[in-house]
Amino acid sequence: MNAKGTAYKYGDNVDTDVIIPARYLAIQDKDELAQHCMEDIDKDFVNKIKKGDIMVAGRNFGCGSSREHAPLVIKVSGVSCVIAETFARIFYRNAINIGLPIIECREASQRIDDKDEVEIDFDSGMIYNRTKNEEYKGQPFPEFMQGIIKAEGLVNYINEKA
Amino acid sequence: MSKPMTMTQKILAEHAGLPYVEAGQLIEASLDLVLGNDITSPVAIREMDKMKQKDVFDKDKIALVMDHFIPNKDIKSAENCKCVREFACTHDITNYFDVGQMGIEHALLPEKGLTVAGDAIIGADSHTCTYGALGAFSTGVGSTDMAAGMATGKAWFKVPAAIKFNITGKPGKWISGKDVILHIIGMIGVDGALYKSMEFTGDGIKHLSMDDRFTIANMAIEAGGKNGIFPVDELTEAYLKEHSNRTYKIFKADDDAVYDEEYTIDLSTLKPTVSFPHLPENTKTVDEIKEEIKIDQSVIGSCTNGRLDDLRIAADVLKGRKVAKHVRCIVIPATQEIYLKAMDEGLLKIFIEAGAIVSTPTCGPCLGGYMGILAAGERCVSTTNRNFVGRMGHVDSEIYLASPAVAAESAVNGYISAPK
Repeated sequence: MNAKGTAYKYGDNVDTDVIIPARYLAIQDKDELAQHCMEDIDKDFVNKIKKGDIMVAGRNFGCGSSREHAPLVIKVSGVSCVIAETFARIFYRNAINIGLPIIECREASQRIDDKDEVEIDFDSGMIYNRTKNEEYKGQPFPEFMQGIIKAEGLVNYINEKA
Repeated sequence: MSKPMTMTQKILAEHAGLPYVEAGQLIEASLDLVLGNDITSPVAIREMDKMKQKDVFDKDKIALVMDHFIPNKDIKSAENCKCVREFACTHDITNYFDVGQMGIEHALLPEKGLTVAGDAIIGADSHTCTYGALGAFSTGVGSTDMAAGMATGKAWFKVPAAIKFNITGKPGKWISGKDVILHIIGMIGVDGALYKSMEFTGDGIKHLSMDDRFTIANMAIEAGGKNGIFPVDELTEAYLKEHSNRTYKIFKADDDAVYDEEYTIDLSTLKPTVSFPHLPENTKTVDEIKEEIKIDQSVIGSCTNGRLDDLRIAADVLKGRKVAKHVRCIVIPATQEIYLKAMDEGLLKIFIEAGAIVSTPTCGPCLGGYMGILAAGERCVSTTNRNFVGRMGHVDSEIYLASPAVAAESAVNGYISAPK
């Protein structure tokens, strides 16, 4: 499984209130919801993201509320993977549970610049920066979580076990 | 000899049916309660629809609390509540709380006796960590985890490492749980406890009321923590006996349990503390603020600070005084029970005479839902838990997090200040 696209760079502590503001949380249609993804810190987000693009951020990405709407709108926007130095723990669970690939890698988080072309090999955890011709080793998922990701989310994983 | 465990690890081991667990271990634990609200439950219900397992694992061990956008603020929020109401009816969910019985979930569930010491609890709301105040393991999850929890009664966890906070000393008159937790978050940062348990211990805890402890455990998530947990003492047991018929179990951390870090907090040295925009870690004590920070609004309420102690403190400050001209002061008792007691004690009269308004229980303004949205350039001092960009309204508004004492005093003066 691979991801490949243009990287868009964000800072530390990107919280779920800016990923999807609570004023939109009553919306249940995921495409309508995704129209507001990141709008409070990056008004251009929904226009510039193409299918397959990659978000790169610093520490504690997805901190704040438990809203699953946050990883969901990122996934629906077309983002193929989020790379961060660290993720807030509920966001981390939610991303896995809904099948949004995420990867923790300090070096990639620091070295990748906005609009770099990036490729990720999820099996090996390797991240390739095609623009800078560099590679970084990401933290691979434990086996148990790989099972959930392979099943494309927790619901399928439970259904398979049932 | 058995290997040492933290309090959190002992509760998780018991619920995983294992004699011992250690940090980093992946386990599957049985759950005593699965919680959801009107924002997160509809998403969970749709996920459950996709499951082969159609029934809930135990209709008595699920709590559905309509609290965020209720009484419904618009058509979409009404439809969300309707979705949950129908699910609760179909599955005969015992603990479904709607208008009239509802309160803010993390104030309501302990009050109803649904959360007790030794429990393992998940909730599709990040502030589910509140019940750690009662000596339970309790953590926030997303809607898919909630769906899986409702169907199976189980959840997977990575056993957390822990940070120990040794609480000593006795706090001064206007120092409450909020000052303690803001001080801690200022010290360790918003990711200072990432993935970890925050275990509170020490002699000073006896000076913290149950409401103080709920406030502190509630904001563990604001330091990135998986959970926050307090030891069970006489005060906890008195609270549990008053509110619950359920059997509770007391777990104690081993003396030689391993902690990644240890901090000591001397309550006698704490001062009224405020978190500046736009992160809870941007703390200053009120006496460090040199300029006059004028405010437009003061909010006293939420799952963090909408309990009876909080309202008593606010009323103590507001009694016989007036909210400053041009300041809107919004007081929100967290549950119907708290509302009623505040009425009996005459607190509501004090608020209204001071020029504040009193609302029915709701999360409302805390997350920018309704009941106190901010315009561009406006400032709010708030007893809530997050001051992120746009959290209470316009992206160019500002939120200053503080205790009920500071929020009330600031409402009177019109700028951020603490009672003398």
